[in-house]
Amino acid sequence: MAITEVRWHARAGQGAVTAAKVLAEATMAQGAYVQAFPDYGPERMGAPLRAYNRISDAPLTMHCAVTNPSVVIIVDSSLLDTQDVTEGTPEDALFLVNTSYTPAKAAKKLGRSVDHVYTVDATQISIDCLGRPIPNTPLLGALARISGLVKLDVLLEDLAANLKKKFPEKIVKGNTESVERAYKEVKTK
Amino acid sequence: MGQQVAMTGNIAVANAMRQINPDVCAAYPITPSTEIMQQFSNFVADGDVKTVLVPAESEHSAMSACIGAAAAGGRVMTATSSQGMALMWEMLYIAAGNRLPIVLAMSNRALSAPLNIHGDTSDAMGARDSGWIQFFSENAQEAYDNLIQAIRIAEHMDVRLPAMVGMDGFIISHSIESMTLLDDQAVQDFIGDCITHMPLLDVDNPKTFGPLDLQDYYIEHKRQEYEAMKNAKGVIVEVAKEFTELSGREYGLFEAYALDDAEIAIVALNSAAGTIKTVIDELRSTGVRAGLLKPRVFRPFPAEEIAEALSHVKAVCVMDRADGVNGTGGPLFPEFRSALYDAPKRPLIINRIFGLGGRDLGLHHVRDVYGELQKIAGTGKIETLAGYITVRN
Amino acid sequence: MSRLKSWKEVPMAAVIEDAGNAETYETGGWRTFKPVLDKEKCIHCLTCWISCPDTAIVVKDEKMIGFNFKHCKGCGVCADVCPKKVTAITMEQEGK
Repeated sequence: MAITEVRWHARAGQGAVTAAKVLAEATMAQGAYVQAFPDYGPERMGAPLRAYNRISDAPLTMHCAVTNPSVVIIVDSSLLDTQDVTEGTPEDALFLVNTSYTPAKAAKKLGRSVDHVYTVDATQISIDCLGRPIPNTPLLGALARISGLVKLDVLLEDLAANLKKKFPEKIVKGNTESVERAYKEVKTK
Repeated sequence: MGQQVAMTGNIAVANAMRQINPDVCAAYPITPSTEIMQQFSNFVADGDVKTVLVPAESEHSAMSACIGAAAAGGRVMTATSSQGMALMWEMLYIAAGNRLPIVLAMSNRALSAPLNIHGDTSDAMGARDSGWIQFFSENAQEAYDNLIQAIRIAEHMDVRLPAMVGMDGFIISHSIESMTLLDDQAVQDFIGDCITHMPLLDVDNPKTFGPLDLQDYYIEHKRQEYEAMKNAKGVIVEVAKEFTELSGREYGLFEAYALDDAEIAIVALNSAAGTIKTVIDELRSTGVRAGLLKPRVFRPFPAEEIAEALSHVKAVCVMDRADGVNGTGGPLFPEFRSALYDAPKRPLIINRIFGLGGRDLGLHHVRDVYGELQKIAGTGKIETLAGYITVRN
Repeated sequence: MSRLKSWKEVPMAAVIEDAGNAETYETGGWRTFKPVLDKEKCIHCLTCWISCPDTAIVVKDEKMIGFNFKHCKGCGVCADVCPKKVTAITMEQEGK
């Protein structure tokens, strides 16, 4: 059984829990068994928050915390200075950081090899596409490019289907555009 | 059959309630079960169900309203957690004593103080002697399946007892997981029409509910309740068989995982059982004969069946995610230990209290417990009968 | 005295299946004192009727006409609430 564990670092209110949910649904649509769960505490907007995914090719029975993720997504780059985002990760863990920095600069901050560090300016992309800083959705597009966890077309289809239930066409289109842009713009060394 | 979805335990339970479409729901919100009634309120507002929703001013009132509605002859459901369950406590006994088949969804949570909102089974354990049937669920799928089956079991004429269905707060209630929803119509066909008994709304045949019952009759009615709980065992198995035909998923009084040839075994409720299964698979691949007994029901307590399932094991650890604070172990421990008292062969049994207030039970903790059980099985000696794990010493 | 029922025979949840069966339960034998009505004095204010815990005051056409001695326990509430200027109801010892 191959299990991929993902950890999201964000601030409460940045949509990391929703992103973990969308990732779960999209990977489930590809036939995977999934889990998505945050660390719940007092809900305070702006407080550092962690959320997790488990994605597996066989049914998942474990319900313990994710302690050694192989994929880490940092939704807010200011957390690089205040949170131990590398905690418990193996040396070859993949880091995706929402920042305008180059991967080399982000890797230096992380203290990791630039081989496994990717950056994308998801905040700018979401401002361009949606008029608001909601970086979680474009980050999923970047993740699709670098991890192979989810295919771009499946992600776009699942995202559109979900958003259509609640939002007008314009917002649905803005979201899918932001995913496609991040997929193209994600930077590697 | 059914629809593959990814949803939280709470949303899965709310969907079970939507498909059950009860006559009345009276509730008061409390973390972590709030989302159940929040989502269900949406279903009511959207006209997806015909339920009368009663937003009560407390859990005591919510359960009181459920009792009234059930006595009137309605199919009645509610949801709660922790302090809410504690505040319902007085009324739980009245629901059971009046033999009203109310079904309660519970996101299990620790009790104050200190204030904590996370998952443990202290709330359910406080209600273990109230006369309610108690189900426990490993994951969202089981919580959903148990809730649907609970309707049939509670309303069965040989039972007529209320039932609560638990799942771990946050760990399951707020985690998104893969699961399957049954078709709406399939659920309706499975549960059938509400089976009423002497309903108050049968105005042509007026009845008096809840009269005074003194030394001359109180014990006779309690003896009846005892019989009903005994009957529940058979009904639970019977309903589970029918449910398997519908869903393909098997249920019983407990789940025996890799237990048949096990030398060492753990007993654990709810989500911990899933984590334990992962470790069992790991240990089995290295030749260690580890197993698990996961109770699905704690009330009725299937003592004979448990004794049969565990008597061949050399060493057992009963794991409690609640402490009875009696100084000698958690609430499951004495019951499992006494169930084995009359067995011709019985294992050495220890108790470990773990994960209170949502403290994580990691794979390494479970490995340690099995390691200790191997030692006990080898030496025949118990060093610590009851104690805490997952705690900083 | 009737035989008490076993746990297998009693109705579930102690539900009383013949609601209002207090009517067939005669409490008249409990009296040591009984109320006596002086019809001349009664002003039919019906304070006794509203106060009687056993609905044993018999009223016809809005007039107090006497007592239901099958159920009257002789508690004396009727005599007590009868206006002092009227005192149409007085208590007398039973069997005297």
